[in-house]
Amino acid sequence: MEKEMLSGSEILMRSLEREGVETLFGYPGGAIIPVFDALYDHRERLHHILVRHEQAAAHAAQGYARSSGKTGVCLVTSGPGATNTITGIADAMIDSTPIVVIAGQVAAGFLGTDAFQEVDLVGITQPISKWSYQIRRAEDIAWAVSRAFYIARSGRPGPVVLDFTKNAQTSEAEYEPVTVDFIRSYDPDPEIDYKQIAEAVALINEAKKPFALVGQGVELGNAQQELQQFIEKADIPCGCTMLGLSALPSTHPLNKGMLGMHGNLGPNIKTNECDVLIAIGMRFDDRVTGKLDTYAKQAKIIHLDIDPSEIGKNVPVSVPLLGDCKKTLALLTELIQAGKHTEWIDSFHSYEETEFNQVIKREVYPTEGPLNMGEVVHAVSEATHNDALLVTDVGQNQMMACRYFKFSRQRSIITSGGMGTMGFGLPAAIGATFGCPDRTVCLFLGDGGLQMTIQEFGTIMEQQAPVKIILLNNNYLGNVRQWQALFYEHRYSFTPMMNPDYQQIASAYGIPSRRVMKREDLEEAIQEMLTTDGPFFLEACVVEEGNVLPMTLPGNSVNQMLLEC
Amino acid sequence: MENKTLYTIIVHSENIAGILNQITAVFTRRQINIESLNVSASSIQGVHKYTITCWTTPDIIEKVVKQIEKKMDVIQAHYFTDSEIFQHEVALYKVSTPEFQNNPMASHIIRRYNAHIVEVNPIFSIVVMAGLSEAITSLYTELQSVDCVLQFVRSGRIAVSTSCFERVNEYLAHRLERYQKEGHEK
Repeated sequence: MEKEMLSGSEILMRSLEREGVETLFGYPGGAIIPVFDALYDHRERLHHILVRHEQAAAHAAQGYARSSGKTGVCLVTSGPGATNTITGIADAMIDSTPIVVIAGQVAAGFLGTDAFQEVDLVGITQPISKWSYQIRRAEDIAWAVSRAFYIARSGRPGPVVLDFTKNAQTSEAEYEPVTVDFIRSYDPDPEIDYKQIAEAVALINEAKKPFALVGQGVELGNAQQELQQFIEKADIPCGCTMLGLSALPSTHPLNKGMLGMHGNLGPNIKTNECDVLIAIGMRFDDRVTGKLDTYAKQAKIIHLDIDPSEIGKNVPVSVPLLGDCKKTLALLTELIQAGKHTEWIDSFHSYEETEFNQVIKREVYPTEGPLNMGEVVHAVSEATHNDALLVTDVGQNQMMACRYFKFSRQRSIITSGGMGTMGFGLPAAIGATFGCPDRTVCLFLGDGGLQMTIQEFGTIMEQQAPVKIILLNNNYLGNVRQWQALFYEHRYSFTPMMNPDYQQIASAYGIPSRRVMKREDLEEAIQEMLTTDGPFFLEACVVEEGNVLPMTLPGNSVNQMLLEC
Repeated sequence: MENKTLYTIIVHSENIAGILNQITAVFTRRQINIESLNVSASSIQGVHKYTITCWTTPDIIEKVVKQIEKKMDVIQAHYFTDSEIFQHEVALYKVSTPEFQNNPMASHIIRRYNAHIVEVNPIFSIVVMAGLSEAITSLYTELQSVDCVLQFVRSGRIAVSTSCFERVNEYLAHRLERYQKEGHEK
């Protein structure tokens, strides 16, 4: 029997369906029209969300991936359409988010001629993607798509770029499904070294003051349960990185809070007091470690990671445990002795008290003055019974949200960690509503970040995406303003922000909204937001010069935290 | 400043367009200068071999090599100091035939370096030398001193490790075996 000849665009559709894709975020353009034409016939199964800017397509794909655990897909045209996704690709790379970006490209015959909307996308994206490949023939599509998804989701996940020439979209080929599940140059599941497991077990058994650092790797490796079993058996207190915050419920007695520059006092100070430090799926980012020369020098460090290039990259390691942490954690749990470190764990308490008295009480439970950022975050978290999915933008809103939002479920935090991309929040939250349609998605952002991707109000309107948008409006680029206040003698160089009437903008897009300025109105406003079906825009007018505290000053040791300023 | 060592990095990759770019980008990101670079087919079909030298510190070379190896179609990357490899370089010296013949020292120098003349015509002659980098430089300096060099080119270092087999062979065999075993277990 003669095999069916299909256009490249049709082969792409079938290959995407075969990968289990249900949702795509995209924006059509000249060099991707044939694909969008094929999509028209597949629009029942492949639900396409038309964003308002390609950057938002990439961030929405990230939000979708981070919330659901599936691979996010974005579909854009060549040239500017492709380059607009770059920020999202770089963000997905540094935060290990599986997305596949499919971009149109000029026909192969035009490559290298500076043709209309031609850009060397593979060249541009090679350093910021896990894999970047140009499809020049319809015959290669099924293989390339399967390889792309395999690479994006396996091992340490990351972004993959497919640069799809127009001739490959329009020419015909036989379609034969392909499954790539092996690449000889790529090992997504490194073999476990049992000798090193034994060394780690010995260190953990002997430890008097063990401390664990929980990173996003636990969520990516789906090892939340293995983590709990491990820390409970060994009785080890934990600090979470920002991206790892929901890997362990906030209320777990061994969860001692967030690490890093604006993290909690206890876990930061104890990092430099513990005798064995167990880092799980985290990468010792400089915002977590502070000054490296003084970081955990007293401790033996065990590092669990799936990526060999992370081992020893920033911090020298006593015992590297390469491998999938779902397996390595389970092995450790099986082999260690049950531990009891009551005194050590109790020693966190005085720091919690200090932080509460000097920072949290003031930020979250003020009795007078304008609303505080932390107060608003706390109220929303309480009103959702700590059950909502948190999305943040970048800056003070992000730090406050991560400090005061609490989590009871895994995969509940979506924020731009490594890249710190302002404008990430709104599109990522849209993506999250499609990734987890059953969950309440609460987005915190500032007046700066909102305006970077505010055009996505259009996508929210069209899709009725039920994002609960909470704007913490302080009329400043608050994080930079805080640094200017602390380190640049209050010289507020271009950080005051003249703002529009955001409620009018929301209303133009048909998004119900409310502005809250007074403490006594806050709770009711939040209730209105949560009980309104679909999207809601809540503008909280917060104290203008609020500061995020505590803070490890740049260049200082992790245990030196500023509590007041 | 920390003392720098000349390292030789040997990389094996799939023979696909764009990999060299990805490898050199790892150096660019850290602003490390590549001293020499040689790329050619390896003994394994479809696999290319890169020999790269650069001056850097033990700490940095370790991270650079891991970041090279992380690239999707790079199979393996290893680094070596000079004592861990056999290395060679080839150089071509184009010399002026009249100048060369007029100077009795010239042919003496060539013999002393065990270099060979592979082409002679009335205008120029070609001298080939294979050897260590230092000797190649030294021959160039001596020929320069008798003022007969018209052109000079060197290949950049090629090297093999002192261990018996290319480790990449074993690695690929092991990868395949593990994959088949996992498939079998499924």
